[in-house]
Amino acid sequence: MTTPNEYINTVGKAFEKFEASLNGSKSTFLHELRKESLAAILKSGLPGPKHEEYRYTNFGKALEKSIAYEGIVAETAAASAPTPLDSFEGYKLYFVNGKLDASRSDLGDLSEKVTVTSLASAVKEQGDLKEYLGSIVKSWPDAFSHLNTAFAKEGVFIRVKKNTILDKPLYIIHSNDTSATEVLAHYRNLAIVEEGSQLKVIEANFSTGANTSYTNTVLEIFCKKNASVEWSKLQLENETALRIDNSLVYQERDSKCTINTITLSGQMVRNNLYIALDDENTEAHMYGLYLIDGKTHVDNHTSVDHRKPNSFSNELYKGIMDDQSHGVFNGKIFVRQDAQKTNAFQQNNNILLSPNAVINTKPQLEIWADDVKCSHGCTTGQLDNEQLFYLRARGISEDKARAMLLHAFAGDVIANISVGPVKEYLEQLITDKIEN
Amino acid sequence: MLKIKNLKASVEGKMILNGINLEVKPGEVHAIMGPNGSGKSTLASVLAGREDYQIEGGEVEYIGKDLLDLSPEERAREGVFLAFQYPVEIPGVSTTNFLKAALNQVREHHGKPALDAVSFLKLMKEKMALVEIDQALLSRSLNEGFSGGEKKRNEIFQMAMLEPKLAILDETDSGLDIDALRIVANGVNKLKTRDNATILITHYQRLLDYIVPDFVHVLYKGRIIKSGDKSLALQLEEKGYDWIKEEADTVSA
Ligand SMILES: Nc1ncnc2c1ncn2[C@@H]1O[C@H](COP(=O)(O)OP(=O)(O)OP(=O)(O)O)[C@@H](O)[C@H]1O
Ligand SMILES: [Mg+2]
Repeated sequence: MTTPNEYINTVGKAFEKFEASLNGSKSTFLHELRKESLAAILKSGLPGPKHEEYRYTNFGKALEKSIAYEGIVAETAAASAPTPLDSFEGYKLYFVNGKLDASRSDLGDLSEKVTVTSLASAVKEQGDLKEYLGSIVKSWPDAFSHLNTAFAKEGVFIRVKKNTILDKPLYIIHSNDTSATEVLAHYRNLAIVEEGSQLKVIEANFSTGANTSYTNTVLEIFCKKNASVEWSKLQLENETALRIDNSLVYQERDSKCTINTITLSGQMVRNNLYIALDDENTEAHMYGLYLIDGKTHVDNHTSVDHRKPNSFSNELYKGIMDDQSHGVFNGKIFVRQDAQKTNAFQQNNNILLSPNAVINTKPQLEIWADDVKCSHGCTTGQLDNEQLFYLRARGISEDKARAMLLHAFAGDVIANISVGPVKEYLEQLITDKIEN
Repeated sequence: MLKIKNLKASVEGKMILNGINLEVKPGEVHAIMGPNGSGKSTLASVLAGREDYQIEGGEVEYIGKDLLDLSPEERAREGVFLAFQYPVEIPGVSTTNFLKAALNQVREHHGKPALDAVSFLKLMKEKMALVEIDQALLSRSLNEGFSGGEKKRNEIFQMAMLEPKLAILDETDSGLDIDALRIVANGVNKLKTRDNATILITHYQRLLDYIVPDFVHVLYKGRIIKSGDKSLALQLEEKGYDWIKEEADTVSA
């Protein structure tokens, strides 16, 4: 086995190959950013078990065990399989094994007030990209987002121009097929939602195959004045998938943003969600569900940064863990000295269905302002026996009663997804999973 | 229909029922009264199959079956219904879905097909009228945020939907206003047939004005220490429990 340093050296070598493959796009600002990020990651290395933010989730080690970073430039065959979302009404972008599948993607009659394009085209065509790309990452850096910045070539750029409501949701559907070989995918997504505009995105992730699927994705959302964004992540990969997701949001005055993170499977999933509320009257909602079994490991780290007065954040994460699955929740709330009259709520509730399932949950509140309303709570337990008995005493079987209670528990989170077919699809998945 | 013989039960090592004997025949109404903590709800829970209680002895025969051998859901499907003294709130489970699941599992047990949505709604409407319960209440999560009286009324509504053979009503009258009491009692009376039986657990004679019992029993320290007809309830209303307690305590001393 390699030591962490040796592994990081292979990352460095992989970058040399990657650079050589870039062919002409080396002169862009993006390439400077790549080099800076590579230098940062080579210096810091990947976070080990002693790293406070990664103590329960040794993602670096999992990566090292199954992914050779040199593979980064290898092009893997893209077999595009149908997904359950294909028939849902909306704009669609498909990515297979880290690459856009243009043949299946369909942006239909997208208004000229909305730009949806690849990262590569955005670098060429969007003159102001430089101001945005990587700017939120700067206030909330992470080793894996550096890695992403160094290597990401693919991704979606979205701009919704002033006072425009995207009429249908945009679906970004990723599938990794690892039946032939492992797959490495780096995605870099960026959304600029201009003043008074609205955007709904559903990002869904699937994987098949017995080799490791590794996805490192970074999303930055700029939610301008009075804009509104709902971004839902459906993490539905198989038991050989490693996923690290850094999602970062910057909100201006009167804006509202909802991030839904639903994880139903995978090998190891780490979500870092960061929301900066940088003006008054901003509203952030963070909802998460991890309903896992087998050996799945899911870690949600969230941070909301109240920088200015009169902002509101509301967070609800719920977990149901069976078998030997492992859940981690860490919720940070910062209320800066300026941020008087902040309202911040956080709740994390967990049900352990097996004696071998584990949850580590920790709220972290740092409050520097004095006139604020903050509350947080976390619970971990089993199903309520009184409730179970009540249902059974009416003739409902024990299994069905359990399923009803678990469904009700998870339903609180799913209820926040406003796109009807997606909500129904998830409800069905949850039912199947609970009743299996 | 129900024969309880020398039933003993404990919870967390503490004996609560110390030898209950009771026989209930089809068509009968039995009232069980007794001071707080005497074991009335425990008896009801043991009959419904709550697993927290340990059976320490005795037997219970119900329509020819060994009741203690059945799971709570099997008992319910065979027609045992417990209206809870404290119905639990179940957020996120809609009353309608819950009742549909319950009714259809009971029907399946009896080899009947599941009710389709239309027939189910029709049945709901009919039974809602019977217990004068509001549609708005039933579209909410099961008992969530219901007032005490609303919870009790919902219990009787469920009973009307499930049409049990043996209904055990644990202080269903407590917390009901005067009108609600009359409505609930009326509902119970309308559901009464020659083939089903009712056990009413209550503290108040008031309920027994509406639902006239064939027998009244007094439970004290886990035993039935006195049985009589409806006049016993009137006597208790007037004199309290002390006189019977004294009788019982001197006998057992
Ligand atoms: N789970 C339990 N753990 C410990 N003690 C219990 C438990 N359940 C019941 N008991 C005790 O058993 C005794 C009988 O309780 P039960 O609820 O049956 O009384 P009751 O006759 O219904 O009273 P009330 O008129 O107040 O409803 C009480 O002393 C009660 O504290
Ligand atoms: Mg009681």
